[in-house]
Amino acid sequence: MISRRDFLQVGMAASAIVGASGFGNWARLAAQQSLTQDQLLEFETFGNVSLIHVTDIHAQLKPIYFREPSENIGVGSNKGAVPHVTGAKFRSLYGIEDGSPSHYALSSGDFASLAKGYGRVGGLDRVATVIKSIRADRPDAILLDGGDTWHGSYTCYKTAGQDMVNVMNALNPDAMTFHWEFTLGSERVNEIVENLPFAALGQNIFDVEWDEPTELFPPYKMFERGGTKVAVIGQAFPYMPIANPGWMFPEYAFGIRDENMQAMVDEVRAEGAECVVVLSHNGFDVDKKMATIVDGIDVILSGHTHDALPEPVLSGKTIIVPSGSNGKFVSRVDLDIRNGQLLGYRHKLIPVFSDVIEPDAEVAALIDEQRAPYLEDMSEVIGKTDSLLYRRGNFNGTWDDLICDALISERDAEIALSPGVRWGPSLIPGQDITREDIFNVTSMTYGKAYRSEMTGEFLKVVLEDVADNIFNPDPYYQQGGDMVRTGGLGYRIDVNQSQGNRISNMTLLKSGEAIDPARSYMIAGWASVNEGTEGPQIWDVVESHIRKLGTVTTQENNSVEVVGA
Amino acid sequence: MELTRRKLLALGSSTFALAGLASLPAFASLTDHAVAALTGGADLGEGAITLTAPEIAENGNTVPIAFDAPGAAEVTLFADGNPVPNVATFKFGPLSASRSASTRIRLATTQNVVAIAKMEDGSFQIAKANVKVTIGGCGG
Repeated sequence: MISRRDFLQVGMAASAIVGASGFGNWARLAAQQSLTQDQLLEFETFGNVSLIHVTDIHAQLKPIYFREPSENIGVGSNKGAVPHVTGAKFRSLYGIEDGSPSHYALSSGDFASLAKGYGRVGGLDRVATVIKSIRADRPDAILLDGGDTWHGSYTCYKTAGQDMVNVMNALNPDAMTFHWEFTLGSERVNEIVENLPFAALGQNIFDVEWDEPTELFPPYKMFERGGTKVAVIGQAFPYMPIANPGWMFPEYAFGIRDENMQAMVDEVRAEGAECVVVLSHNGFDVDKKMATIVDGIDVILSGHTHDALPEPVLSGKTIIVPSGSNGKFVSRVDLDIRNGQLLGYRHKLIPVFSDVIEPDAEVAALIDEQRAPYLEDMSEVIGKTDSLLYRRGNFNGTWDDLICDALISERDAEIALSPGVRWGPSLIPGQDITREDIFNVTSMTYGKAYRSEMTGEFLKVVLEDVADNIFNPDPYYQQGGDMVRTGGLGYRIDVNQSQGNRISNMTLLKSGEAIDPARSYMIAGWASVNEGTEGPQIWDVVESHIRKLGTVTTQENNSVEVVGA
Repeated sequence: MELTRRKLLALGSSTFALAGLASLPAFASLTDHAVAALTGGADLGEGAITLTAPEIAENGNTVPIAFDAPGAAEVTLFADGNPVPNVATFKFGPLSASRSASTRIRLATTQNVVAIAKMEDGSFQIAKANVKVTIGGCGG
């Protein structure tokens, strides 16, 4: 197991990246950077086994901009703990210089300016180059995909995930776990998984009728690599039927199931595993708690909450490695496994700067092949933005403000609700908004925009319920994601209160009047988890709105007052 | 409009997120009475029962619950947020190899599931699990 000393000896990923200095002049300094692919990929091969982790790609085949959150509140014992540290505080915690590549990749602040200097991130052709480079050092490295792969783009929606399956297969992963994949519907998921050339893992994917493990999703796979045995146990997103429409995959049950996780760890140890890796879609705080409850996990490769940290976090005797989202990062973890135990490790979170890392020609061609049939339609320019459009943050992002505005004006509503999902790339000021960009922040299999009346009292129940799914002090009762976004509605939230007592001062922004519990309000929203929801697709609603605006300019949004952060 | 549980569930069909009502009356005292009646007020030990329940119910109408209570002569389950908290009593004879069972129960709202075991020596044991019943949330 890992000692504190081993832990501290791990070098920071950022150290391999050249820093810059000089506050307030980011773009010019960035342009002077001479960041190279060799610097990004530099790694002194260590031990006898390498893990490569990608997660939460959300179908982003091409390079994108992605702004990290400026608000990511931790509650309970996680208050002030990473990843609940953002912006300048995050940089100071990890010794990251302002304006440096690590600042741009890992934290918020001066995003639009830095984006102009450092360019886009991600792109699976660049990710392929990183993976090939690691395999050149260690040919039998284990490539693991943490899920949320077959969801989130125009082509992924149109092909029901086939574009991502084709491209990921070319990267030759060893195993995968799941979340949004199930929103393709169980029939489609089963069809893809039956033909996957790698393991589809989930110790917590159960048959709903008998509450038993399924045959299609085995709990773990054993890998004999580097003269040792490494077990990889899959952990799918525990709250799929609650956070996403359960009616789309009614045969499956999930849950955390840490007692079964313990049983699987014990089973693989008994079968001779000298190292136990969990490929997880729990979310960071849930992983951290699980590591203190389940004995014998060496490494958790952590996904779902989209956090990117330059070094692993130690919880109990387990290291937790979160690897960001949207193809922006690849984690490499080298392990020294000897005499039945993990003796040490070396880690690097590799930021995929797409102007620095050379695209892999073969995968680039494969990506273009997936996109070709749809290229003309999705490249159509709908409008332009003068403002930064982003989503990540606990309460609102400018993309969501725009979506809520679209719902209110196109659907003639008083109040709009938009789900607090964490996927969706950013656009920087001056960019055109294409149909593909709109799909990147709205695409899903249950995207119909509903319109219905709710009383003020019921609206409060909705806000309270979602707030408790995010700010419950016990991570096992958190579902990941962020607070439901509201348009036309302001409120005050005290994150440290109990369910039912967090939300107050609900105000209808249009009139400035307090929300009347007894009155009915016309609400427009999207992404209902309920079967039979009717309305136009959200991307059509947003497209129509942007077309009318021509150029999007967002205003500062102060409608949510946050207390207790 | 008065918001009943039935209306709440009906409304849910048009929204992406909604909740178990926080304002339902607490039935915990009913459970306390029932437990006292069962044990005659005896002290309740902890640690002998393993109670397995989901942290968040996927479907409040059918929540899988399991227990393992070695040495128990009978185990009674209570759901302290249901209008009628008594769920079931499982009795084990001296030849029972395993003192465990699993079932599914309906939970009206977020509440504790309580298992009380009467042990073969006449002492009592308790285990609790909090199960959240919610229909809300947005995945990352």
